[in-house]
Amino acid sequence: MAAQRRVSGKLARMVNRHHSQPEMRDSDARPEHSPFLTISGESARLAGEWTLAHAGALERRIAAAGELQALDASGITRLDASGALLLERLLSKQHIAVADSGLAHEWQKLYETVQRSCDESPAPEPFCPPAWERMFERIGRSVMEVADATRELLSFLGLTLHRLGRTIRHPKRLRLTATVHHMEQTGLDAAPLLVLLASLVGAVMAFLGATILSDFGAELFVVDLVAFAFVREFGVLLTAILLAGRTASAFCAQIGMMKSREEIDAIRTLGLDEIELLVLPRLIALIITLPLLTFIATLAGLLGGLVVAKMSLDVPFSMFVERVQQTLTLQHYLVGMIKAPIFAVVIALIGCLEGLRVSGTAQSVGEHTTIAVVRSLTMVIVLDAFAAVYFMEIGW
Amino acid sequence: MSAATESVIRVRGLVNQFGNDRIHDQLDLDLERGEILGIVGGSGTGKSVLMRSILGLMQPTAGRIELFGHEMSDVEDMRAFMAQHAGVLFQDGALFSSLTVLENLELPLKSHRPELSVQLRRDLARSKIQLAGLSDSACAKMPSELSGGMRKRVALARALALEPELLFLDEPTAGLDPIGAAEFDRLLRTLQQALGLSVFLITHDLDTLYAICDRIAVLADRKVIATAPIAEIEQLDHAWIREYFHGPRARAARGEE
Repeated sequence: MAAQRRVSGKLARMVNRHHSQPEMRDSDARPEHSPFLTISGESARLAGEWTLAHAGALERRIAAAGELQALDASGITRLDASGALLLERLLSKQHIAVADSGLAHEWQKLYETVQRSCDESPAPEPFCPPAWERMFERIGRSVMEVADATRELLSFLGLTLHRLGRTIRHPKRLRLTATVHHMEQTGLDAAPLLVLLASLVGAVMAFLGATILSDFGAELFVVDLVAFAFVREFGVLLTAILLAGRTASAFCAQIGMMKSREEIDAIRTLGLDEIELLVLPRLIALIITLPLLTFIATLAGLLGGLVVAKMSLDVPFSMFVERVQQTLTLQHYLVGMIKAPIFAVVIALIGCLEGLRVSGTAQSVGEHTTIAVVRSLTMVIVLDAFAAVYFMEIGW
Repeated sequence: MSAATESVIRVRGLVNQFGNDRIHDQLDLDLERGEILGIVGGSGTGKSVLMRSILGLMQPTAGRIELFGHEMSDVEDMRAFMAQHAGVLFQDGALFSSLTVLENLELPLKSHRPELSVQLRRDLARSKIQLAGLSDSACAKMPSELSGGMRKRVALARALALEPELLFLDEPTAGLDPIGAAEFDRLLRTLQQALGLSVFLITHDLDTLYAICDRIAVLADRKVIATAPIAEIEQLDHAWIREYFHGPRARAARGEE
């Protein structure tokens, strides 16, 4: 801390010394802190440094000045563009020509340059409607945006399916290396975190179940609870939520950066297809990895439940496995697994689409990444709710 | 102003090395008060590295840098000093893309001169935009809505926002059409003379060199091999200089057939 203070002290001295250099010639004639604007009767004397460093004080003095007949600017020892602007303001308010002000010759040129540039009248402030009007405008815009986004997503789905069909007919067009690369990034790299999260959720669920079910002496049903929940819903839902946060954002940012650096345009002008080159490898990678990750998450959840059942409920390992075998059927497993590729398509498409909608700036990349995550999360949960109702109705 | 030439920037024995790659070796350079010094050199001769070392954006391997006669001991020092005394125009403008043009100029004023009233700050920012030759209607625009030439002008206005005495320009006319580049050169010259700026100008543009530079520093062989007015530089016997100043483009810039 002490060293820092010393450095800044040194800097301040250096800055001061430097600033005061031009003043030194006049320093014997004028006190250090000369008044910038001294008014006596109807004449005024300007003095000192008319620079940005004193702009605040200068502005206050100028605003306080009344009607003046004569003005003497010969005392100005230093002028920069900010000071010149303020001087221009004072002179034009008092209708005094700069030639009559006695401004030192060396500052004349600067003053003229600034004065020339100020001639233009300021542009009118943009019209701003009242707050309630803007609120309705925003609501309207948001509704239209949701409608637009849905339409856009559907048309993007169609476009991607068309390209997918073409790639299936000509499998050589598939970019295999990129696909495997994305499988590694979205699948393998996400697995450790997913195992941790799923097993913790499984454990928490078993604890919750144990607290309630032990009142009825039905501790064994904790196994049913964890197994049903993970195989039907939580395995796939947890995976999809994790990937919506992790992968949709990554896809969007990757493609968005390419878009903002005109790489997408370069792809198009080279006669290549951005859907085939960028979207399909990501989509296919996610369709393969999301079901695999779902399977891992389900197992991890069951494992979490198993550990809690063993530790706090004294349900032996063999009984846990036996109970799972008794209650679970293939149907339950399929109910969970069928949703996995659908969620994969939703996450990959929304991520890629938002990436392609990025426009130019760094801020736009950020905005669209947020949209990609929020929208894919929403879609995943909404679709899951619909699926739950549907499977209940058909009795699976 | 004192008549004797006074070095605003004095670089002595600068060494910059990345791994085994030595960019500068015992480089000396002087920028005198009130001049426009053009820095030329082939690609990869370390023009931008030199500028970054002087600005305190990177730590040189060895060497001494004096600013306004004060030796700068460490990078933090230098950066703080430069923030007060130098304006920089980066190659692509480096405007903050999330702020409007006016906000781009108000930002440095807001943080360095918090005592200014909102209205005055806005007026000062607006006057800089007009000084840079832009109309007032540009103020509310976002940087992404501007053309390349306008973006450079806004960047120049931002560089001037804190009334620096030193101006660093990294290829200001790159990417501009010849007419726009010539206008920008004229603007630079006018502002430099009116505001009494000392300018460190990296450029590849021969027209700029002939039109506005007082002296040229040539970077080659890891050093500044010569610093002199352009007429003298042209006469030097060095392979790169010959090629650069006597190639077809240079002849065109001089107006010869």
